[in-house]
Amino acid sequence: MDALMNFGTGIFGGAWPAVWTLIKIVLIVAPMMLGVAYLTYFERKVIGYMQVRIGPNRVGPWGLIQPIADGLKLLMKEIIVPSGANKGIFIIAPMLAIAPALAAWAVVPFTDSLVLANIDASLLYIMAITSMGVYGIILSGWASNSKYAFLGAMRSAAQMVSYEISMGFSLICVLMVSNSLNLVEIVNVQDQGRFAGLGLSFLSWNWLPLFPMFLVYLISGVAETNRAPFDVAEGESEIVAGFHVEYSGMAFAVFFLAEYANMILVSALTAIMFLGGWLSPVGFLPDGILWLFAKMSAILFLFLWFRATFPRYRYDQLMRLGWKVFVPICLIWLVVVGVWMMSPLNIWK
Amino acid sequence: MGSMKEIFNSLFLKELLKGMSVTGKYFFARKITVQYPEEKTPQSFRFRGLHALRRYPNGEERCIACKLCEAICPALAITIEAEPRDDGSRRTTRYDIDLTKCIFCGFCEEACPVDAVVETRIFEYHGEKRGDLYYTKQMLLANGDRYEDQIAKDRQLDASYR
Repeated sequence: MDALMNFGTGIFGGAWPAVWTLIKIVLIVAPMMLGVAYLTYFERKVIGYMQVRIGPNRVGPWGLIQPIADGLKLLMKEIIVPSGANKGIFIIAPMLAIAPALAAWAVVPFTDSLVLANIDASLLYIMAITSMGVYGIILSGWASNSKYAFLGAMRSAAQMVSYEISMGFSLICVLMVSNSLNLVEIVNVQDQGRFAGLGLSFLSWNWLPLFPMFLVYLISGVAETNRAPFDVAEGESEIVAGFHVEYSGMAFAVFFLAEYANMILVSALTAIMFLGGWLSPVGFLPDGILWLFAKMSAILFLFLWFRATFPRYRYDQLMRLGWKVFVPICLIWLVVVGVWMMSPLNIWK
Repeated sequence: MGSMKEIFNSLFLKELLKGMSVTGKYFFARKITVQYPEEKTPQSFRFRGLHALRRYPNGEERCIACKLCEAICPALAITIEAEPRDDGSRRTTRYDIDLTKCIFCGFCEEACPVDAVVETRIFEYHGEKRGDLYYTKQMLLANGDRYEDQIAKDRQLDASYR
């Protein structure tokens, strides 16, 4: 590693730190995009299997080349801009949707040393950046100048605001017990406790003492990424395709990428906040990045399972769940955790 | 008390978990997909596919130009013109079926008093330009000649149900 640093400094001189950061960004984004492509393949396979079908299996062995064929098809297609649309905003909106989904990865730790920017306010950064994603959706709906797109954007805006609150509250519980806003620190704190001492560290992770918050965060995460059963912003049976009804070709593909990148992000965050990130579940196995990927895959499978199982929420049911169920649960559990931490039974010292 | 139970059930996601267990079971179920070009589903002998005009074993065409099929066709897909032939028998000079109009209801076959027009089991055919699916008398007779064995066998199997 030192040799690489010296070599880089030799070639680029003072610009090397910037170049090195760029290389690291590419190393994160490129596998992410590949992951997104294969998540779409995985989704079609899983949903197919749950519907007693076998899913794509024609392009390449077991249909493995299918996502690449889909990507190429979308690349070749024309991007149609409706004549009534605001062209500038129409083109910018998909970029606004995908940029936060990628930017959030800057602080996501893969192991305790493998993180692009290990900053102390990383949890705050994540919450701020992921909230920006909704602007892409709102602006796309607004700029399209179409009824369906507009309705989709309005629904999405209200939904995002509602679920951001419960999501924020559940993260507040996490930061209370870990006493830090740093994601690396949040994971490391989960490695301490009575069960971790016994070699059963998976019982020390945040999901058990904060179980209601874990569920609230997971479900809000599904809502936040506009996935079924919370996909009212798309709602193909009611408003055709919602906010991206006027988009075609690569502009549509970018929205698609953003949705799946957000799914991967939410699964990574759930794994880090509640399931101990890269920590191994039992003492005799080594920690490592593979544990993080295993946990993310399990959560992503849950996302797909939800989509194969549940019908879409009606809009008022969605609002009821957000405001009348999740927010009260969060407020109650916040107080419970606070009292717990002040009592002699505190397990997070 | 009932409402308390309901609140408890919904809070612990009871119904949702039940639904997920159903889809979870089907995830491992045997898949029923038929891999079409390689595998095919069984066909009935009453299958209604591509049309054909049949002949008698001596080579004489069956159709007597009664135009019952043309009259009954709900999609108006059949066009017939007829004239007496040199030997005095009544025959068609034109018998066209526009397969782009045809709805494959099988009424023409039912209406035919001499079992001349039939629908075969062939369903894998295509046209590459406009007009390719406009079948003329020659094409229909050729179909009949080509698949006569299968057609005769299917009619015989069906006869016991009539």
